[in-house]
Amino acid sequence: MIIKLENVNYVYNPNTPFEQKALDNINLTINEKDFIGLIGHTGSGKSTLVQHLNGLIKPTSGRVIVDGIDTKAANGDLLKVRQKVGLVFQYPEHQLFEETVYKDIAFGPSNLGLSEDEIYNRVKTAMELVGLDFEKLKDRSPFELSGGQKRRVAIAGVLAMEPKVLVLDEPTAGLDPRGRDEILGRIKKLYEEKNITIILVSHSMEDIAKLVNRIVVMHRGKIVMDGETKEVFKQAEKLEQIGLGIPQITSFMRTFKEKGNPVDDTVVTVEEAKKELIRFLRSKKNA
Amino acid sequence: MVDEMIRFENVTYKYSTGGREKELVAVSNINLSVKKGEYLVVLGHNGSGKSTLAKLMNGLLIPTEGNVYVNGMNTKEEDKIWKIREIAGMVFQNPDNQIVATVVEEDVAFGPENLGIPPEEIRRRVDKALETVEMSEYKKHAPHLLSGGQKQRVAIAGILAMKPECIILDEPTAMLDPVGRTEVINTLKKLNREEKKTIVLITHYMDEAVEADRLLIMEKGKIIMEGTPKEIFCQVDKVKELGLDVPQVTELAYELRKEGFNVPCDILTVEELVNAL
Repeated sequence: MIIKLENVNYVYNPNTPFEQKALDNINLTINEKDFIGLIGHTGSGKSTLVQHLNGLIKPTSGRVIVDGIDTKAANGDLLKVRQKVGLVFQYPEHQLFEETVYKDIAFGPSNLGLSEDEIYNRVKTAMELVGLDFEKLKDRSPFELSGGQKRRVAIAGVLAMEPKVLVLDEPTAGLDPRGRDEILGRIKKLYEEKNITIILVSHSMEDIAKLVNRIVVMHRGKIVMDGETKEVFKQAEKLEQIGLGIPQITSFMRTFKEKGNPVDDTVVTVEEAKKELIRFLRSKKNA
Repeated sequence: MVDEMIRFENVTYKYSTGGREKELVAVSNINLSVKKGEYLVVLGHNGSGKSTLAKLMNGLLIPTEGNVYVNGMNTKEEDKIWKIREIAGMVFQNPDNQIVATVVEEDVAFGPENLGIPPEEIRRRVDKALETVEMSEYKKHAPHLLSGGQKQRVAIAGILAMKPECIILDEPTAMLDPVGRTEVINTLKKLNREEKKTIVLITHYMDEAVEADRLLIMEKGKIIMEGTPKEIFCQVDKVKELGLDVPQVTELAYELRKEGFNVPCDILTVEELVNAL
């Protein structure tokens, strides 16, 4: 399944004093099994862009095609689009509303008119995917859970719809490191085991570096960079110009190389850096 | 002692959960002294008791057992509570929950107005506070149209206008983007260095802890590690075990040391690691 954006423009509050162009001629193809990190400043258009992917917002001009369906098309088709593309908003736990975890996660599938058995299976599977103990938690109130657990309930609610594409808008915002690692670990596993396409919006270059295989950079409503993770992080100057950065470890390797040490400065994780430095330091010792 | 801003003596705080379940001990037997002019960072993951600790520092919570002194005043003495809150101001996590007025300068003036300060003096304080947080050009703006980082700086200005000696911030950057975070942290550094304000910063971002004079790590309501950032981050294993992060370069230095390379353990920045190698 492919998502295609063709010459997409979006204007908030058109023809008013508050008119603001949020997306400026976006062309983007999202392929099956992509794991995309979408980065950019607050206000760069990331959230507007992801809301186009399941037809929550429709382009002012241009087209968004999801698995062959134009999101501007009739309402019946839009329902299909929203089943295919699951969107997890920022602070998704604010959307929890049911009495029990089970009911909350079952809400989406129930509206699809599925059988009770099917709903039961989907809720159970979704909870397992996000690492929540089904028997222990299904009858609890979602409001009694910890912040990280609440967020995983909210994500399970989207997964229970069995989307082919999962879009997560800053899924770790406000969580502590432990909560963050739990969520990111689950997302990684989901990608590896369920063959779904994932789009992750994040401000953390370190998290992006650990997970994704493609990075799309937005600035002032435009896509300014799009490429493999390493390729994008190679262009540190360009990223810094638009107020973004590279992982600290990449920054270290670049500085180290500039000081005259021939190391590979395209590494993006601590593990890679460790291997590369050990290789370099040992060869220096032996020389 | 004159140079002591905050003192905790055997402080325990218990939340009662409505009687149905047993009490929850949020902080347990804490002893702590914060010096005047100190930049103290408190780390710990959610539920470790760090927010409770913050609220005990200006009398928003009163200890179940033990005593908290702010500038020598016990927070249990009700007639001192307003004086205490003038001295120790607090900034919270969510910028949207702290702004009360529809114009930036009116919001900043809200605190001093309630202290019954004369209008000319309020004017001076508001202008000075907005200047300090570099938000003067926004003084006539509507707060809800500002960015998160700008809103937090307005919230800090609102505290500054009360002329506190100490500012306590409970995860002020958790909901901000990297630019907003940098703005807020730079403001705090400036307040500490130039205005000699005592800063108590509660956070779970390790990079914000690197600049501190002293670091506390809380776990299960207790202070379990204490020291300078270098002393704490030297113990990479222990910090990670607690579910906290260390800066990437610190982790790399640690990994290299484990492999037998001679790298010091107190690496906190890119420059330090480059020089060490």
